[in-house]
Amino acid sequence: MYWSPSIEKMPQKDLKNIQERKLRALVHVAYEYSPFYRRKFKEMGINPWDIKGLEDLPKLPFTKKQDLRDNYPFGMFAVPISQIVRFHASSGTTGKPTVVGYTENDIRVWVECMCRSLTACGVTSGDIMQISYGYGLFTGGLGFHYAAEKIGATVLPTSAGNTQRQIELMRDLRTAVIACTPSYMLYIAEYASKMGVDIQNDTKLRMGIFGAEPWSEETRKRIEDKTGITAYDVYGTSELSGPLFTECTERQGLHIWADHFLIEVIDPETGEQVGEGEKGELVVTTLSKEALPLIRWRTGDITIMEEEKCACGRTHPRILRILGRSDDMIIVRGVNVFPSQIEHVLMQIPEVGEHYMIILDRTKDGLDVMTIQVELSENASIDKVSDILNLERKIAEQLKSVLNVSANVEVVNPGTLQRFEGKAKRVIDRRKI
Amino acid sequence: MEEKIIKQVSVFVENKPGRLAAVTEKLYEKGINIRAFTIAEAGDFGIIRMVVDKTDEAYRILKDSGFTVTLTDVLGVEVEDEPGGLYKIAKALGSENINIEYVYAFTFGGDKALIILRVDDIEKAIEVLERENALFKGGAF
Repeated sequence: MYWSPSIEKMPQKDLKNIQERKLRALVHVAYEYSPFYRRKFKEMGINPWDIKGLEDLPKLPFTKKQDLRDNYPFGMFAVPISQIVRFHASSGTTGKPTVVGYTENDIRVWVECMCRSLTACGVTSGDIMQISYGYGLFTGGLGFHYAAEKIGATVLPTSAGNTQRQIELMRDLRTAVIACTPSYMLYIAEYASKMGVDIQNDTKLRMGIFGAEPWSEETRKRIEDKTGITAYDVYGTSELSGPLFTECTERQGLHIWADHFLIEVIDPETGEQVGEGEKGELVVTTLSKEALPLIRWRTGDITIMEEEKCACGRTHPRILRILGRSDDMIIVRGVNVFPSQIEHVLMQIPEVGEHYMIILDRTKDGLDVMTIQVELSENASIDKVSDILNLERKIAEQLKSVLNVSANVEVVNPGTLQRFEGKAKRVIDRRKI
Repeated sequence: MEEKIIKQVSVFVENKPGRLAAVTEKLYEKGINIRAFTIAEAGDFGIIRMVVDKTDEAYRILKDSGFTVTLTDVLGVEVEDEPGGLYKIAKALGSENINIEYVYAFTFGGDKALIILRVDDIEKAIEVLERENALFKGGAF
């Protein structure tokens, strides 16, 4: 099933023509109407007329999160505020808040992208869709909401939180599709079993669309094993609009709608484009956005791009699931560590659960100490002290072999680590520098 | 065979205030009586081991409350509450090359001591203890 078949299956050379035409228009619009880009182009000596095709992309400057912060609130907008029909704002947990805005057409394009994505992963007009992403300033809830309505699905706008009610409504109203963070889905599954609700047998839930935080194949498997649903990945950031791209039913990467977004993958250190199939930071240029056009936006997300036509028939390029964040990266004793690597190790050990915390301390001698807390599985068989010590040692050894830096492991009681309903904050850095 | 083996309830608990209370509260609520009890503690965590009067109920309620619970086969040895009681048993098992992994004991009825043992070879240990006429055979104690 396709939402816009002629565009989704368009030959790649036609897509490229659209991208080049839109890119040329973008640099002129940015230069004329965005005070930020005009200044930046002038500083770098870029003439908008120099940008003729996709091969000129590396001449253009990157745009970073800090640019949005520095130009808070309106310095990067390219239209008068009167043309903006909606704002969203990020919480500012990692710095100053950032504000994004949308014209009526921006909202239309966003909804179009999500309609294509929802259709590609199998949501239909006959489905009841429970949207358990936060509604409000966060883009997740409303981003799914309008597209789900547009394709004719029946929306249940539960937003995040109040888990017991989520589960009751899911069961009573026969939810078929849920959209939320993967960690919240695991929490819902855990909560449901405490309530005596078996998601597999007592509800009609068929699939879930999970994102807004990095997650792994192992987490996907856990969700699917626990609940019997099919789990799809979704990607998007508020700066690009919000949730935008999902996997198709082939689940070989997430389709990036190339008529609206132009992607590159770069080495985060050098800024050079990496070769196809190589891991790097995703960089996105918006081709259709009016209110807040972004040129070479550094997402901070680490992924791999796949340009080959997908078995589903769609010609638009794909990205693999996000492997980590260039800024989630923690440095322990000089070694780069991604929380996703730790998650990957823990998920392969059946005696422990899926919730974990990473605690960083520094000794008086200036040595970094990383402690991983993980919950013992309720089904583990434990009778001797050595059962726990051996388990902790086994996990520590596997972590060491993957991370190249040693970690202490602390096994804790099931259900005692913090649960996250929104983005998980698993790293507690207590190092005083 | 079965009634010769005692099912011990083992519960993993972090070494934090209130954890022991949480475990024993659940048992109390279900009217379960603890017959023998010990904690093997190792810094950050401990393992509670106990023998209770309603084992299956205890297992279920603790599991349902989210604890990691394991039922383990252990042996009970009944000896006179007097010097040399444990020595006799340990010597008999040792001479048969049976390793005692852990042991705890309590007295009851004024003049008896009951020793709970986990061994590496339970069937052989039963043989030895029966020969010594020391094996405690199930039932309510």
